[in-house]
Amino acid sequence: MTDEKARLTEENAKGKADGNAGTYTGERETAKGRQPQPEEAGAQLGESDTWTDKMQTLMRQNKLAVFSAVMILLMILVAVFAPLVAPYDHLAQSLPDRLQDPSAAHWLGTDELGRDVLSRIIFGARISLTIGLLPTLISMSIGTVLGLCAGFYGGKTDFIIMRLADVMLAFPSLLLAMVVMYTMGGGLINIFIALSLVNWAGTARIVRSQTLSLKEKEFVEAARSIGVKKWTIMFRHILPNCLPSLIVLFTLNIPSAILSEASLSFLGIGAQPPSASWGLMVVRGKKYLFSEPWLSIAPSVAIMIVVLAFNFLGDGLRDVLDPYLKEQ
Amino acid sequence: MLSRILKRIAISIPVLVGVVLAIFIMLRIVPGDPVTTMLGEHVNPAVIEKISREMGLDQPLHIQFIKYVANALQGDFGTSYRLNRNVTQIILDAFPNTVKLSLLAAAVAWLIGIVAGIVAAIQQNKLLDRLFMGGALMGVSMPVFMTALVLQYVFAFKLKWFPVSGFDSWQAMVLPAIALGWNSAGSIARMTRSNLVEVMQNDFIRTARAKGLRENGVIVGHALKNAMLPVVTMMALQLSSMLSGAVLTESVFGVPGIGRLAVNGIETRDMPLLQGTVVFTTILIILGNLIADLLYNVLDPRIREGA
Repeated sequence: MTDEKARLTEENAKGKADGNAGTYTGERETAKGRQPQPEEAGAQLGESDTWTDKMQTLMRQNKLAVFSAVMILLMILVAVFAPLVAPYDHLAQSLPDRLQDPSAAHWLGTDELGRDVLSRIIFGARISLTIGLLPTLISMSIGTVLGLCAGFYGGKTDFIIMRLADVMLAFPSLLLAMVVMYTMGGGLINIFIALSLVNWAGTARIVRSQTLSLKEKEFVEAARSIGVKKWTIMFRHILPNCLPSLIVLFTLNIPSAILSEASLSFLGIGAQPPSASWGLMVVRGKKYLFSEPWLSIAPSVAIMIVVLAFNFLGDGLRDVLDPYLKEQ
Repeated sequence: MLSRILKRIAISIPVLVGVVLAIFIMLRIVPGDPVTTMLGEHVNPAVIEKISREMGLDQPLHIQFIKYVANALQGDFGTSYRLNRNVTQIILDAFPNTVKLSLLAAAVAWLIGIVAGIVAAIQQNKLLDRLFMGGALMGVSMPVFMTALVLQYVFAFKLKWFPVSGFDSWQAMVLPAIALGWNSAGSIARMTRSNLVEVMQNDFIRTARAKGLRENGVIVGHALKNAMLPVVTMMALQLSSMLSGAVLTESVFGVPGIGRLAVNGIETRDMPLLQGTVVFTTILIILGNLIADLLYNVLDPRIREGA
């Protein structure tokens, strides 16, 4: 997904660098005449009221995105206060109570070791959200720095970084993560490292393409002409103008990371028992699918809700912050 | 045109080499000696040394790499540690299943995705649009294994319409194909809709309407053709996520495909097997992207005739 986003945005930016800039009308323009205008969104960054404006637009236009944001916040709170919220200890086994149907005592039933499924899902939220947020932040930071360097310095730097990105993007993300897991062995920490390292290339492409067009702008020229240092131009003048796209990308990359962790754990090469990782719960419940379907369906639904919430929020944010970051 | 194609092909070659090199290096920074891992700790060191030599593992890395590439170019991906069979042969045995699965899934994705996308675009901002687009986002957000498990539970176990697992009859292929295609269908529906909505704002659509064409004629004859271009490219790019998803689908339904091999390779720490499957799959994806790009060149008259 990120690959396609990167391609489309990059193509747009290239068209613009060629000098056929379109005028920003605030609406979606036709497919071919459309050009990204990151500076329009970014030029107003200094004035905090335009951010507020955009957020107000979001709240007015897209109730679903706002609802999702509230959901995400709630889930974060639940994850942080898991020991207080969860009705049982998520690791406490009770063999006499194994494989119970959902009941008043155990809302989502119990698993094959008699552990309360709801409590495990609540604790599992910690894993999913951490894996969703932190490695994404790390990999996008790497991608941003590399993209800035590639776009700003051009030449050999650009060539080497972008060919590396090409190689990374050529891998199917799950297989790449699988190879890294083979090397490092299973476990959550290793998933954390794997996801931090493998997903930077999409961000690098987008930041690079925006840097390419931004560095031709007058404000960068002005900064250069008064002798501002290169790194200052990159991080103080160009980077803030990429922020809207980065925020949108961040929101949309989180669910991919969550799905990757769940998939790796589902395949048995991610989180290891007795971890309450949702993907691991699904695969352990799979053995009892036909007798106790909720064992694997409940954590699946949890994954879906989190991913859906981030996708809705990301969609909404894109519409107000960066309408040119193409869908998919 | 020809030079453009040749240039595009030329760009793929370093990526190919880079990919093989990246996998090669990643799999070789594994702590511990692969032969020891394979045979266990308490085996005579002399035996380990002999096997290492036979497998060429005692040579410097760059020699190993060159040998690997040279062999791979001749279609030889080495010998599996565990199965003691040629990896190429193992892959070729499993490959038809994955191809069948992916093609069927692609058909499902195209059919559902494009129809839903067109309907949603026509009914823009009406109930059907919201319904379909909500469904599409759900499709994108459902983990592949969830779709697979739900289908398996409902249609194989409860309704008994299809077998629970396996891949040897057409009935057995239905559920895995839907499970895998569902996810892509969501992406395709969203993209079809947004492209169509954008294309419908063009002047030539206004012209078509002004000359009295019926709305259906405008959409099918004028808008669709223009809106589908990026979708075609996207479909090829979906190949990558589809092959990732195939790993999960194959695992749920017990399809003996490439994805199963990769997982087996990890579980049994069979490095040549894992390496072979990943290299093979990634090459497929690079080729897929190459074809998509070339297709785009052929399909888009602005590129075809320009330059």
